[in-house]
Amino acid sequence: MTTQLDDPRIIEFDVRTDEMLVNMGPQHPSTHGVLRLVLRTDGEVVSEVTPHIGYLHRCAEKIGENLTPRQWIPYTDRMDYLAGMNMNLGWALTVEKLLGFELPEKARHLRVLIVELNRIASHLVGMGAYGLDLGTFSPFLYAFREREKILDLFEEVCGARLTYSYITVGGATADLPPGWLQKCESFIDQLEPVIDEYHALLTSNAIFVRRTANIGVLSPEMAIDYGCTGPVLRGSGVDRDLRRDGEQRYTEMYDGYAFEVIVQKDGHYPKDHKYPKVPASTVLGDCWHRFYVRMLEVMQSMDLVRQAIDRYSMATGPFGEPVKLNEKLPKGEAYMETEAPRGQMGFYIVSTGSAIPWRARARSSSFCNLSVTHELCRGCLIADVPAIVGSLDIVMGEIDR
Amino acid sequence: MAEYLKGFLSPEWQFLAYVAAALVHAFLLINLVAGGALAFIWLERKVSGRIQDRLGPTRVGGKFGWLQTLADGLKLITKEDLMPEGADGMLFRMAPYVSFCASFCGYLALPFADGWVGARLNVAVFFMVAVLGIEVFGVILAGYASASKWSLFGAMREAAQVVSYEVPLGMCVVVPVLIAGTMDLVTISQMQAGWFSNWFVFHDPFTFVIFWVYFTCATASVNRAPFDLAEAESELVAGFHTEYSGLRWSIFFMAEYGSMFAVSGLAAILFFGGWNGPIPLADWLGLTDASRPLAHYFGNFLGMLNFMFKCVFGVTFMMWVRWTLPRLRIDQVMTTCLKYCTPIAAVMFVGATLWTYFLPGGLFIPRQTRYGSIREGWHLEAQQPTAVEPPAEDPLNPVARRTRAESR
Repeated sequence: MTTQLDDPRIIEFDVRTDEMLVNMGPQHPSTHGVLRLVLRTDGEVVSEVTPHIGYLHRCAEKIGENLTPRQWIPYTDRMDYLAGMNMNLGWALTVEKLLGFELPEKARHLRVLIVELNRIASHLVGMGAYGLDLGTFSPFLYAFREREKILDLFEEVCGARLTYSYITVGGATADLPPGWLQKCESFIDQLEPVIDEYHALLTSNAIFVRRTANIGVLSPEMAIDYGCTGPVLRGSGVDRDLRRDGEQRYTEMYDGYAFEVIVQKDGHYPKDHKYPKVPASTVLGDCWHRFYVRMLEVMQSMDLVRQAIDRYSMATGPFGEPVKLNEKLPKGEAYMETEAPRGQMGFYIVSTGSAIPWRARARSSSFCNLSVTHELCRGCLIADVPAIVGSLDIVMGEIDR
Repeated sequence: MAEYLKGFLSPEWQFLAYVAAALVHAFLLINLVAGGALAFIWLERKVSGRIQDRLGPTRVGGKFGWLQTLADGLKLITKEDLMPEGADGMLFRMAPYVSFCASFCGYLALPFADGWVGARLNVAVFFMVAVLGIEVFGVILAGYASASKWSLFGAMREAAQVVSYEVPLGMCVVVPVLIAGTMDLVTISQMQAGWFSNWFVFHDPFTFVIFWVYFTCATASVNRAPFDLAEAESELVAGFHTEYSGLRWSIFFMAEYGSMFAVSGLAAILFFGGWNGPIPLADWLGLTDASRPLAHYFGNFLGMLNFMFKCVFGVTFMMWVRWTLPRLRIDQVMTTCLKYCTPIAAVMFVGATLWTYFLPGGLFIPRQTRYGSIREGWHLEAQQPTAVEPPAEDPLNPVARRTRAESR
């Protein structure tokens, strides 16, 4: 038997709930800078999320048309400012591809060493900031404690702590200072046991798992459709890492390095019991898996740094042959994608034969990763929006350039 | 004190004695709340600093930065008095005071030592839970009156959360009341005198479990992490106090820290023997003897320190939890309340009831304090001075049964 209301207007006036448009950002603690999300909410439930970008646009690409490639290196630092070395590398490789430059062996190992160290720093921030998004403050500071040590190492190398401009066209601006490798090695030794702390505080924490498991599930198909890359893609179970699958010029840097691409599989349990087990409530491609990929990549990068230290110290030859500041570029164009911490970072250069490129362009991984937000946030709760956006680990400097 | 002052006044002015006594009590308590908030905010900074590998404040007021909160308070007082344009002015101004008053009123019934209580109520437990529940009213007002969407979200969350958590919280506090047979906090504490095995938390396994349920619910009802959804800074900017600044904002904080202390105090009295230490040291030294006023006063003072220590420990525990755990989501908070806390509290309530009925004297450790004697004393005090006979119309009451058995 169905019950009927005498007056249907009762529902209209008594039970009706209104939709509300809420601006999350650009000044909001958990939008990672100046992202603006417009939420259409019904109570706590979010029916639609529209990201608005452009608050950090600095016309970096236009500036690139007025500077020589080596002069533009500092601008790439400011794209993904958490992984400046990786940005430098992407641009340097692109220009080297255009120049047809062959890199000395020692410079390759130096680059691997520096870039992987920066990847650790970047993922540590990503991890800490994700904890912040979920309302726990302490892991953030723990992560920064370790990151500080990496920044100290970088400071010794190039004098800068955030915008390095260290890797440059033709190698690096300077060789590693004496005694640096030992410091780096001892740092990695220090970092290794600390990772377990992060696992205890976040990865296997019951509340953390509850907040991230089965939230923002990104299917592999959707991840590919939207052009997601990096940990977001691998967290969805797509096996693609440019360090292995990329262009010859990039992968040859990693020739001889033992590493396995970290990719989440459904019901995948790592054999090594050093890592926490995948909780049963998680689904492939959810926030937890994206976070976990980053955590595992930190371990992987530590391993790569160790290998790179060995290879660098054994390698002979110069650390690089930096090209002239105003080196004439050959006519033509080049495009290179590298595996930055946040995904595939592509740089494009078109030259008409002068020292200044005719066009410089960056393909940002965060931009594509952000574009799935509206798909993932459909029907979630308000508290899930920071959880989802945080798990994509975007950097606004890279999106807006 | 009122009795002392009455001697100086003519009969028609004797009410002044009560007014004066009330003012003194209120003055002492409000200083405790405000000073306590100062101390706890400093403590929170130091605790969080230590947890996070930092130092916390180190400069203001000497080595440990213990004046930092005061300096911040001064800064907040000098800030511009801001109110959003669309705000409901009266409610917006009123909200912090409502919260603070509710938090402060809870202290009126909180005994700090034997007889050291603002107002000794025979329904003190009920009074405290009820009055602390009003605090949410200020938060809802603040959220509603701020004319900000984030504030509104915070207020609605708080309303849903706190009102739900009152249910298991009420059930938890009923258990010690059931064991004690009284709602008078002073009497409940007196009953737990002696060794720590007399504390209600060790009375039976059910009370031990229910203490943790109580602590969870208390954390939720005073809005502390991981249940601090009303001010979830990563989601709602600052929740209900997004639009507040300056002194009004700091009054919300005073209310929060006041409530934290109050619920910790309630836990200390209901489960951890109130001002009684783990070993009856004061008893051995003869400090609990009411016929020697000076010794009794000193004993009370030590008892107050003891009680304060327990409360501060409770508050520190909440801080520790706050700086360790991520925040729950609103649906998970409600699940925790309705699916876990409430049923567990209900089962423990039944269990504790049966235990008190079948094993009134405890299982392993014989009780050293006779409940009956204290209960009788309380009856004498509360009702008539002649009734020494235990109430016969109460056959289910284990305390009465026990007393009867002993008298036989």
